[in-house]
Amino acid sequence: MAAVMLLEAAGLSKSFGGLDAVCAVDFKLPQGQIRALIGPNGAGKSTFVGMLCGRIPASKGEISFEGQRITGWPAHRRIRLGMAYTFQITSVFGALSLFENVALAARRAHGGKAAKVDGITKEVLERVGLADRLQQQARDLSYGHQRLLEIAMGLAQTPRLFILDEPTQGLAENEVESFKTLIRTLGQDTTVLLIEHNMDVVMETADYITVLDQGRTLAEGPPEAIRQNDAVQAAYLGTG
Amino acid sequence: MSSARSAHILHLGVLGLLFAAFFLLPAYHQGNLARILVLAVYAMGYNLLFGYTGLLSLGHAVFFAAGMYGLGLAMHLGGATPAPAFLAGMIAALLVAGVIGSLALRTVGVAFMIVTLMFAQAGYLTILYFGTYTRGDEGFVIPQTARALWGFDLTDPTNRYFAALILFAVVLLFIGWLVNTSFGRSLIAIRENEERARMLGYDVQRAKWIAVTLSGLLSGMSGAAYALLFGYAGATFASVQYSILPLLWVLLGGAGTTIGPLVGTIFMFYLIDFASEVTSAYMLVAGVAFVLLTLFAPTGIAGELRRRALPWLP
Amino acid sequence: MDLGPYLLLASLEGAITASILALTAVGLSLVFGVMRVVNVAHGEFFMLGAVASWFVATYLGTHPAIGFIAALLIAPLLVGALAATADWLVLRRINYDPERTIVATIGLLYILQQGTLMTFGPDARPVEPPFNQRLAIPWPSFEGGFHLTWPWGLGTTSYKLFIIAAAITILFGLWVLMSRTKIGLIMRATQLDRDMAQAFGIPVERVYALVFGLGAGLAALAAVLIVPVQQAHYLMGGDPLLLSFIVVIIGGLGSLPGTVIAAVLIGLSDGIISVFFSPTLAKILATLLVALVLVFRPQGLLGKRIA
Repeated sequence: MAAVMLLEAAGLSKSFGGLDAVCAVDFKLPQGQIRALIGPNGAGKSTFVGMLCGRIPASKGEISFEGQRITGWPAHRRIRLGMAYTFQITSVFGALSLFENVALAARRAHGGKAAKVDGITKEVLERVGLADRLQQQARDLSYGHQRLLEIAMGLAQTPRLFILDEPTQGLAENEVESFKTLIRTLGQDTTVLLIEHNMDVVMETADYITVLDQGRTLAEGPPEAIRQNDAVQAAYLGTG
Repeated sequence: MSSARSAHILHLGVLGLLFAAFFLLPAYHQGNLARILVLAVYAMGYNLLFGYTGLLSLGHAVFFAAGMYGLGLAMHLGGATPAPAFLAGMIAALLVAGVIGSLALRTVGVAFMIVTLMFAQAGYLTILYFGTYTRGDEGFVIPQTARALWGFDLTDPTNRYFAALILFAVVLLFIGWLVNTSFGRSLIAIRENEERARMLGYDVQRAKWIAVTLSGLLSGMSGAAYALLFGYAGATFASVQYSILPLLWVLLGGAGTTIGPLVGTIFMFYLIDFASEVTSAYMLVAGVAFVLLTLFAPTGIAGELRRRALPWLP
Repeated sequence: MDLGPYLLLASLEGAITASILALTAVGLSLVFGVMRVVNVAHGEFFMLGAVASWFVATYLGTHPAIGFIAALLIAPLLVGALAATADWLVLRRINYDPERTIVATIGLLYILQQGTLMTFGPDARPVEPPFNQRLAIPWPSFEGGFHLTWPWGLGTTSYKLFIIAAAITILFGLWVLMSRTKIGLIMRATQLDRDMAQAFGIPVERVYALVFGLGAGLAALAAVLIVPVQQAHYLMGGDPLLLSFIVVIIGGLGSLPGTVIAAVLIGLSDGIISVFFSPTLAKILATLLVALVLVFRPQGLLGKRIA
């Protein structure tokens, strides 16, 4: 069965001053999948997704999105194709209200019609459970709530590909639970690429897992296979 | 009442007040206020870039001067009438801002400030270099007879005041509208967090370039109006001091607020006016204001108002 | 005068400009390098040095040489102390935020400049050089066999040569201070990593005040050297500021050797270019060049690109 590929990367590499952070990674992400990207610290996960969404220019390699070659495109053009990205270190508009934070995302993705933007914004803030603080300044939120806000900003764009860089870091346990539910309800229209350290989240949400180690693909497969993969256990999970 | 509506009412109220002021104030202050309104347009142009987009330029005098000399030279050398000359001033400012913007925006932060400063300095020196046409520091006077627009004699204090008020009103309402559009909101987003704005899919470079160009255009309109209404163009208006002044007005009044530029310009104008009666070292006031502002009120008068009492202030 | 001797004279004047510029710009560069802030008031510290020199020479009222030596010691210390105070009272309290620092130092610029206008007045005032022998310079001629000629107007003064020597000495002293002493090590450590320096118990705030004072003191020292040639005036800080900016940018922001090389380059070419062009055109080209360097080669002409 040939699944439709949403995103493909071939031979993607990045070196910083002679040091290879990512080295010739081939990567295929089919439409509708929830993919987890795991690996020990310094494996090159953030650099890798940074290259996918255009934050970091690739040293070598090709990237295509829905069959269209996007290598060398600036980040904002890639986002406009239907990617959304949440930062590893929370990045919101601190001085603006929650509403405006999400509205900025919705407005860019869905045009400037006030009523439509309004509707999407409120609906998305409802989904992440922040609907009761529309007018609060984002910087006054707790760290966990800021992460949820950033996820809301991603959802508001109704992305085709949603890239999340360690979304559950710093979340409380009940917040992690609702995050898992949220991801599962995204449905077939949204493909998810998830960098995640919390193995519970990975095992419960991901359809498929890619393991990076020292800038290379160490293993790929469904959660069960990865769990039992010796190389992965040695490199990453320790003794498991 | 929505905040957009409150803002609109505020702007109309301010304009009403300025309209009434003409009939209430003595001639001396009428003259001052006409000058302030024209300079406030400059401040509003500066504020669009500094206050809303978060880009600190130290070279806006070059845009002000482009408008001033665009109009001035068209009238002085080309014998144009005010309306096409004003257009020439706008085009000159637009071109200068477009080019400087596309170059300077390749830099960020402190480098952007220095680059804009350098370009403005080159502009100032260019005006001096072509002294044969521009009359350098000495400048030139635009004759009284030429300064009539559509039958209105702009040297008449009443006509002059209302010409200034109309220009001010148009720009104030334009800014009030602009900052509520998607584009205006995206500028604020860039000011608050450029990387986040980019990763929401906004074309940050393009938006910044438009902001520089628009800001330069408004500054140039102010320069052209200044030359037309007060009948003089001189190289002083292209000097560093005229790049520093709008920064001072905006910081004092409140960066990123629609009425801050007006408030700051009025305040500083009278402060300097008062100081220059006491001492020839009147720019001391500007210096002290800068230091005190950075230390104690970095958000300015309108900014403090917004923080303490009126959160809807645009 | 023929072109040859004329160029020699221009180079000599250029070397003096370069010496003064190197001292002033190194001060600016030091502040930028260690503190990562742009001091827009730097030119005013230069001006204050010249004015202080005039006050010292006038109020001592003895032999010019004694007045000069006194000024050489007092003016930089005074100006440095003033700068360190300004740093402590203002810059430290806004946490050296780059943009707010620029605004604050613009304020400082006006305060110092206008304060000088109120006390020192609007006139340019001369300071007598400590010594000033005229020295004629020979020029080789090959017409009718090799011999030396003494073209009229080709000459300099002993004081001008002293400026060059003094600048070289001071720069050497600064290099020793930065590379061979403990205080230099502390400054370099703070430059490399402020937080790490703090963690190692370096009193970063005091180092900053010291660096800010040292930078201003260097500008003042340069002014004390040039004021017997140039006169003291309350608006004299503008040109050194602009030129120092140019030098620091061309040399690579924060790099001291780059700054010195760029100062020599700019100082010499400023003298020589103005022989051929009008000074205004030369300045236009120089400012545009600097702007374009910053746009297209932000690491400076001599600096290396940081990966």
